Amino acid sequence: MFGFLLRRLAVLIPTFIGVSIIAFAFIRLLPGDPVALLSGERVMSPERHAQISAQLGLDRPMVIQYLDYLGGVVTGDFGTSIVSKTPILKQFLALFPATVELSFCAIIIAVALGIPAGVIAAIKRGSAVDQSMMGIALVGYSMPIFWWGLLLIILFSGILQWTPVSGRISLMFYFKPVTGFMLIDSLLSGQKGAFSSAVSHLILPSIVLATIPLAVIARQTRSAMLEVLSEDYIRTARAKGLSPFRVVGLHALRNAMIPVITTIGLQIGVMLAGAILTETIFSWPGIGKWMVDSVFRRDYPVIQGGLLLIAGIIMIVNLIVDLLYGLVNPRIRH
Amino acid sequence: MAEATKTETVTSAALRRQMLSEFWFYFSENRGAVIGLVVFIALVIVAVFAPLIAPHSPFEQYRDAVLVPPAWLQGGRATYLLGTDAVGRDILSRLIYGAQYSLFIGLFVTTLSLTGGIVVGLIAGYCRGWVDTVIMRLMDIILAFPSLLLALVLVAILGPSLTNGMIAIALTLQPHFVRLTRAAVMAELTRDYVTAARIAGAGPFRLMFRTILPNCTAPLIVQATLSFSNAILDAAALGFLGMGAQPPAPEWGTMLAEAREFILRAWWVVTFPGLAILITVLAINLMGDGLRDALDPKMKRS
Repeated sequence: MFGFLLRRLAVLIPTFIGVSIIAFAFIRLLPGDPVALLSGERVMSPERHAQISAQLGLDRPMVIQYLDYLGGVVTGDFGTSIVSKTPILKQFLALFPATVELSFCAIIIAVALGIPAGVIAAIKRGSAVDQSMMGIALVGYSMPIFWWGLLLIILFSGILQWTPVSGRISLMFYFKPVTGFMLIDSLLSGQKGAFSSAVSHLILPSIVLATIPLAVIARQTRSAMLEVLSEDYIRTARAKGLSPFRVVGLHALRNAMIPVITTIGLQIGVMLAGAILTETIFSWPGIGKWMVDSVFRRDYPVIQGGLLLIAGIIMIVNLIVDLLYGLVNPRIRH
Repeated sequence: MAEATKTETVTSAALRRQMLSEFWFYFSENRGAVIGLVVFIALVIVAVFAPLIAPHSPFEQYRDAVLVPPAWLQGGRATYLLGTDAVGRDILSRLIYGAQYSLFIGLFVTTLSLTGGIVVGLIAGYCRGWVDTVIMRLMDIILAFPSLLLALVLVAILGPSLTNGMIAIALTLQPHFVRLTRAAVMAELTRDYVTAARIAGAGPFRLMFRTILPNCTAPLIVQATLSFSNAILDAAALGFLGMGAQPPAPEWGTMLAEAREFILRAWWVVTFPGLAILITVLAINLMGDGLRDALDPKMKRS
């Protein structure tokens, strides 16, 4: 297992260095003067230009600049936003819990509904239940989620007035963030109604973000189950007289889960991309909205740092998924 | 000699026809795939004949008809079947012209990423060694970013426009083609017919493109349909974020972005463009599922 981990890291580290080169090169690819772009000052005298250039280290050779940037990244220094003048890592850490909370709820919804749906569809293969479930899954898979979010707002916030349109909690409530997760913080605050307000804000964005992963998981579970159910050991288990519930639940599902786990892991990247749209629609203050806002504000250091941080997170999640996969399925370790 | 060549072409044409009819047999068994195909052909017809079909110009602003609801609702007018938007443009006409955008985006992005991916994948799989390693690491790097995020940032560098958006999306979709082609090439390279061709004196280019490539097409076709629908979705998302096609272009995602502030007042401005995206993507994905089943020998029951 340790050797397996080392082999994965041997692939991961060069990839991360490549990702950092791309994030670094990105500002140099922009049309215009990098000094002006990185300092955010449009008009400046030649002296001021030289001063900022020296201050930011932009007068040094490119390789030194890159190594300096990489050194900063390794020690947690991702630079400073030119709009808010605050360190990028600090901004990221303040916003990241909001995205984690949203993604976590979404993945719970996707797994809790997707796996049973896939199992039922596989057991009832070819039936009306199977066909309608897989039809719905294909619609979910093809869904433009930014439109889906708007439709849910029209229905639940506009017509039914059940849920609020945007944000994480009603402005009536204020308490200091302890964990950064609104569901936990609102409970800790002890204020009446705070928790239900947080839940009502969270529900629509979670549904929107869960839609595509849910469809993918349901489809993947169904095909994995179909494959496993045709295996000999399932026939043996049936022949032994085990109840259908035990055959499906215990023998088949456990083996079918192996590819499904990989699928769930791969959805993390999909979710972070989906968070860009979902957070924009619901004004959810997470890293997806942060990235979109930074692109609009031309806050290039933030785009650079955010790009690297998000890619890094996806790579770490993929590594964990790979390791889990190795644990569940010893065959692939070698 | 001439006669011999002739008989040979006839048999290979016959073989091709037989393969096609066999493919159609499996494809047409899938009801969803056929429905998808019909919808897709209808969309192509709508896109091609948009100027003939559309009742109004997609840009004409009717000042006396702002936010008119669809014809079947109270206050709706028969000339604006699906209503008008906030500046009085006919939504149906804009949707019809929007089909041109979406199909062109799908076609352009898929062609770009498919050809790029095939060439790079062939080189990686054929050359192996350090060339292969460098290419595959590069593809890993591209795949480390969520595609929409990478496209968003690329557009931020290149400037927001539909062309830049399409190039960015093609770049993010390309690694899938590279991986597929490389894997297929590596599997085919050790086959006897490749060795035979090599001994017969075929050069590397002939080996790559004429000998090996035609035998790797099935997974590439399936991936191409997936890319087609992904490209339409991503381009619409970029348009929605204001980073793709720019107003007043009747691109469906851009229409949604313009309509956002009216969602609680005029549901039709938001509903129809999104529905158009969904139907298009769904039709292509239905076809993709059918293609996958028809081209995958494991799924064939015979």
